[in-house]
Amino acid sequence: MTTQESKKLWMACGVGLIWFLILLWPLLGIQPEGLEFGKTFKVFGYIAVAAVFIMFFYQIKEAGHLDAVGDPIVSAKGRFQELYEKTPRWILLSIVLGFAIVFPLVTGRYAHDVSISVLIYICLGLGLNIVVGLAGLLDLGYIAFYGVGAYTYALMSLHFGMSFWLCLPIAGVTAAVAGSIVGYPTLRMRGDYLAIVTLGFGEIVRLIFNNWMGLTNGPNGILSIPRPDIFGFELNKLWMLYYVILVIAVITIIAVYRLNFSRIGRAWEAIREDETAAELMGVNTFLLKLLAYAMGATFAGFAGAFFAARMRFVGPESFTFLESAMVLAMVVLGGMGSIPGVILGVLALVALPELFREFELYRMLVFGGTMTLMMLIRPAGIWPASRVGRRSEEAD
Amino acid sequence: MADKKTPILELKNVVSAYGRIKALKGISLKVFEGEIVTIIGANGAGKSTTLMTICNIINAVEGDIFYKGKRINNVGPQMLPSMGLCQVPEGRRIFPRLTVLENLDMGAFFRSDTANMKDDIERVFELFPKLRERRKQLGGTLSGGEQQMLAMGRALMSRPKVLLLDEPSMGLAPLLVQQIFDIIKMINSQGVTVVLVEQNANLALQAAQRGYVLETGNVVMEDEAHKLLTNPDIRKAYLGE
Repeated sequence: MTTQESKKLWMACGVGLIWFLILLWPLLGIQPEGLEFGKTFKVFGYIAVAAVFIMFFYQIKEAGHLDAVGDPIVSAKGRFQELYEKTPRWILLSIVLGFAIVFPLVTGRYAHDVSISVLIYICLGLGLNIVVGLAGLLDLGYIAFYGVGAYTYALMSLHFGMSFWLCLPIAGVTAAVAGSIVGYPTLRMRGDYLAIVTLGFGEIVRLIFNNWMGLTNGPNGILSIPRPDIFGFELNKLWMLYYVILVIAVITIIAVYRLNFSRIGRAWEAIREDETAAELMGVNTFLLKLLAYAMGATFAGFAGAFFAARMRFVGPESFTFLESAMVLAMVVLGGMGSIPGVILGVLALVALPELFREFELYRMLVFGGTMTLMMLIRPAGIWPASRVGRRSEEAD
Repeated sequence: MADKKTPILELKNVVSAYGRIKALKGISLKVFEGEIVTIIGANGAGKSTTLMTICNIINAVEGDIFYKGKRINNVGPQMLPSMGLCQVPEGRRIFPRLTVLENLDMGAFFRSDTANMKDDIERVFELFPKLRERRKQLGGTLSGGEQQMLAMGRALMSRPKVLLLDEPSMGLAPLLVQQIFDIIKMINSQGVTVVLVEQNANLALQAAQRGYVLETGNVVMEDEAHKLLTNPDIRKAYLGE
């Protein structure tokens, strides 16, 4: 690295630190009792020292003094990559599945709870991935379909005494119908306009849940929803529910995988890339966009029905815009259009806040910072969709 | 050649509009089987609109469009490729994040005869050997000329009877333009009727048998291509003399 490059780097670091100070002081320094400087400079001092340390480290690394340490790491990474590529896909998958099956046996209640919400979000993320990642339709009201599924099970089971397993497909169908209803008028819209309309739809559904006292019991929600059972045996332990959602998630993954690599999946991708060109190639964009909405909503409906059964309570506040935004963030962060990407994105966004609990007050700040950093470092997502040649007709 | 038979594609007094602005003010043209027909004209004359109206991406407000004797005004754009009418739109519009092979597959989207599709991909690769080298590359990473080849190859995958080409020479180096035109003639010699919209009037008229001249949404002249090429008015207006 030349002296000039190095100077430029240090300049950037200095400007960044000053900017950080300017942002930090109003957050920490303005107190009800008056202005305070000590705390700001203490926090700033820590971060400045850390930044300078990282800069030094970076420069030493660039200068090549760390090659002796770095080379084995790089070659180990290369070997790992090689090993990964050599191992047949099914072995890797069965390791992951085996881990998922054994997981509740070796962990406690808290881990069960977190892992159940991870699996719920995997269903949601993969469903939204169809709409956003494959068909390229930005949907900001996706959580509405989750809500429709949840209320469907809640009402069906309470009023008609229907079992969870019967309600699950019904919840999928009602969510798909809701998906088609929102899809139909938005079919002519693209991009920003579509996002706003779906945002509005999400809010409408939430407000219906909130205000239709006769049906949904309004803001009080619906209580004591029955748990799922198998042949009359009630699944009353959390780890049993874990296996239920695991099965739903695995079915979702397989279904989305099959869709992804089918003609329909490719037509969705063509629509995402260029709608007019897709139409000129003989793709019925009208029907396929509607199908994307309906399919995406179906998986949200399944997840919603399970959510209602697991919480034994549904209320409108579970289906706010923030939830839609979170699911969207999982899809984007993980890698749009990529199934392992979405799963990793879900893990990152559900598990990370749990890991950051020790930061207490700063938890969400650290969380936001991590997300920003992720998008800067890997804009295509943690595990970007890589399908070059994979679906092609020739195998070579 | 433009007499005896009924035309494979015919427009009768077609009017189409963007909102309230009329882009085509009553266009009539005929395309016979096996021909190359070119539509030339300045920017905004309605050349691309004509093709988009034929494919029903833009609806015709008035007039009739006939293809193989059947009125296709109300046939959805997604039905046309399977009827043998396929367009290579202006600006190529390939699918940038699909690979070259997947782009070609999309051209045969409506087809179910997988076995023949492999042969057709081979044929496209013979026509455009560059695409074979790049078959696993993403469409968006190709050069402009390669993208044009891909767009044409994609359209050929639908086994068109009539191929509508919108400005295939746009933004390409002269050598490449010549190459593209040679390929157009080759495709035509294999029995595909070609409707060629072009700014490059000189080359288009040399390749075509007949030509139409469009001016602000009207057909102002219609003749055999070699006559248009020697017409002093045309030479002045479109050939820069």
